[in-house]
Amino acid sequence: MVDLIKRTKELLETSEVKVVIGYEQGSGNKTRALFVEKPEDADKLIFDSRCVQNLAAYVTKKEIKEKGKMAITATLPVMRSIIQLASEFQVNDSNLLVLGITPESKMIEFKNLVEVEAFVHQFQIEIDDRNKEMLDRLEKMTKAERWKFWIDELTPCFKCYACRAACPMCYCSRCTVDVNQPQWIPVSSDELGNLEWHIMRAIHLTGRCIDCDACYNACPLAIPINLLTKKMLVDAKEHFGGYQPSLKGDHLMSTYKPDDKENFIQ
Amino acid sequence: MAEFEPKIVAFVCNWCTYAGADLTGTSRIKYASNVRIIRFPCTGRIDYMLLLKAFDEGADGIIVSGCHPNDCHYTSGNFHARRRWIMFRSLCDFTGIDTDRIKFSWVSAAEGAKWADIVNATVASIRELGPYTDYKKIAKYPEKEVTHG
Ligand code: SF4
Ligand code: SF4
Ligand code: FES
Repeated sequence: MVDLIKRTKELLETSEVKVVIGYEQGSGNKTRALFVEKPEDADKLIFDSRCVQNLAAYVTKKEIKEKGKMAITATLPVMRSIIQLASEFQVNDSNLLVLGITPESKMIEFKNLVEVEAFVHQFQIEIDDRNKEMLDRLEKMTKAERWKFWIDELTPCFKCYACRAACPMCYCSRCTVDVNQPQWIPVSSDELGNLEWHIMRAIHLTGRCIDCDACYNACPLAIPINLLTKKMLVDAKEHFGGYQPSLKGDHLMSTYKPDDKENFIQ
Repeated sequence: MAEFEPKIVAFVCNWCTYAGADLTGTSRIKYASNVRIIRFPCTGRIDYMLLLKAFDEGADGIIVSGCHPNDCHYTSGNFHARRRWIMFRSLCDFTGIDTDRIKFSWVSAAEGAKWADIVNATVASIRELGPYTDYKKIAKYPEKEVTHG
């Protein structure tokens, strides 16, 4: 990542940006987010296959935004997140510069978000085979078996909200799960409170989730909550021809077609 | 134990289905009394979380109904609602929630008879399915209250 380090130094020296978000070596074999504000700290930047945390989760944070213009090290899922966030008016060209990392691990600096979008649109969001198999398995189950599967999987959740913190699209300052007037989601981490929390989470991410798996990777209990959002992705494809994050902002769930098809409304 | 009387909660829009249900009454059409109607300005305002709340509170079945496509008082509320229903229904089904207990319909202000049919059919099918014990169990809904109609 010589390119990345060199470019980070330049960007900070010329004050073109105030902070560069990237990865550094963490404890054990883990990597973690690094916020480079001084050129001399750029040498700590690394990039390898362990860098799967979705850094786009930071660009909406007040503490980071306040520093001034940001640059971000962005793999494909991070770029997708950024386009989604831009379409939701959370970032724009004047506060964010994207240092893309191609699937071949090459750095490309994008002039603006339009270029990032064009790059992102070269690739479809594809669910990997292992998860496809899981989805298949679940769909083949009876309703009662699925109910048992999810009650068993979700009951251990203790509502630490690491999944929410890891998701770039979960930037609301007040999440519905925290609202208590009315109390939408039962507070307890029991079967009901957890099921409704995860249904709510999945539906609020429908049409927005870009399938980066950051939520699943963040969960200390490895609960496969990403299957819920993946299912929504599959359905979006089936019913509405799928979606790609786009600067046009024609979001799946805030638009409609007069001839949207269903087979259950009487 | 008394015969099981399903508890049905209906989420309807003010302009079509609510008016339609009113017409059912003024036309003196008899229909099942198991339904509690909750009136909304528009189907676009029916948050999917409310459906889950109905199950939390012990509903055995749910009806969601509003203006036919192109008839929404606010032009597009029901088009938005339809998209949400498609996704939400599928998500529920994927988590094992019994989507046979949630009926969706379009009932206009002129369709008093259709409203009666929808309610009667829903009550009959929920009667067959029985109380929604799976959800009541996790919602810790008191069993003793299940039987009043
Ligand atoms: S819900 Fe999970 S997979 Fe989807 S964007 Fe958020 S973190 Fe990524
Ligand atoms: S990270 Fe896991 S345990 Fe924590 S709230 Fe999310 S699903 Fe529950
Ligand atoms: S007013 Fe009836 S659906 Fe919008």
